[in-house]
Amino acid sequence: MKKLFNWLISMRIGKSIFRRDFSDTEKDRSERIYNNFFFHIYPVKVSKHGVKVCYTFCLGGVSFLLFIILTITGLLLMFYYHPSIPRAYEDMKDIQFVVSSGIFLRNMHRWSAHLMVLAVFLHMCRVFFSGSYRPPREFNWIVGVLLLVLTLGLSFTGYLLPWDQLAFWAITVGTTMAGYAPIIGNKMRFLLLGGNVVNENALLRFYVLHCILLPALIVILMGIHFWRVRKDGGISKPL
Amino acid sequence: MKDESNKITRRHFFYLMGNGSILMALGGTGIFTYQYLSPNVLFEPSKAFKAGPASGFPVDSWTFIEDRKIFVAHDKDGFFAISAVCTHLGCTVIWKEGENQFLCPCHGSFFTNDGKVKGGPAPRSLDCFAMSMATDGELLIDTGKIVDSQTRLKV
Repeated sequence: MKKLFNWLISMRIGKSIFRRDFSDTEKDRSERIYNNFFFHIYPVKVSKHGVKVCYTFCLGGVSFLLFIILTITGLLLMFYYHPSIPRAYEDMKDIQFVVSSGIFLRNMHRWSAHLMVLAVFLHMCRVFFSGSYRPPREFNWIVGVLLLVLTLGLSFTGYLLPWDQLAFWAITVGTTMAGYAPIIGNKMRFLLLGGNVVNENALLRFYVLHCILLPALIVILMGIHFWRVRKDGGISKPL
Repeated sequence: MKDESNKITRRHFFYLMGNGSILMALGGTGIFTYQYLSPNVLFEPSKAFKAGPASGFPVDSWTFIEDRKIFVAHDKDGFFAISAVCTHLGCTVIWKEGENQFLCPCHGSFFTNDGKVKGGPAPRSLDCFAMSMATDGELLIDTGKIVDSQTRLKV
């Protein structure tokens, strides 16, 4: 395996992919991490506190892992889902009872969604109780709050998509609550639903928000969030 | 190294176990995803369908059934069903009554009145489908069975 890898590196194609040859000095080992697109998020060196799980409980990492699971399962579910009435409900039932391992993917998406809200919330608690929001991490706390809001947004918009009684009334109640906001409340509700009642327009809007807009925003903010973790002195440590 | 050099070390064993389980998980996911992506139920029209009573297709007529892309023809020997899907790239051919031939509007292939290629890029003749008479007197066409272009249903 190592021979094959070294041979690949020695080839022109290997050099073009990995950009360097593999000598084995300390500097090379560092470069292996920060010159690699997939690894560059990792710190070059890990300090002792970084391996102590009980300080962070990996809650940020767990949230990110759940987001990846949700992206993959959600993408697969999209192959069978039509955001229209009554196909949405029928497709949901087909995914459960007809499609091979569909029920597994749907449940995985559902449970991961619940867990992600929990993990993000616990992550926020941990950051608060360990005082990790203090300078120079103030800005990253704000980004984190936005990420929490987006997570809740994804949870809420995904709620409508099965188009069953639970979904319909949950969104009816939720958007009515949005309507109580002063001055802009009713306008906000009108824009969110694409009308005054929860119907096909609302389903399509929630679908687009759930599958495109909110995931795109959350990915951008996650990029900033992780980058700031690294730039603000690495993983949070006891003061 | 002593003569123990070709023994599997503890580290190497865990390396193999770890990578092996990753490969197994990836393989399983691949199979799993393939099965998931192949639909078990299709909402497509059935391959066999009734085209209507035989009296609806007089002798020397070529009738287009639009939603099925099929021509039901009736010549002096009997009934036959010709696919309207051009064998070149799948456009729908047009029946030219005056010229007594099929013409494909996309790339100009043309076919005789029983579907044989006369010219253009089409590689083979239009398909002919098996026909039978249903018990209620309607013509039954089975697009799942392709028959020779000489086959006729006599009524």
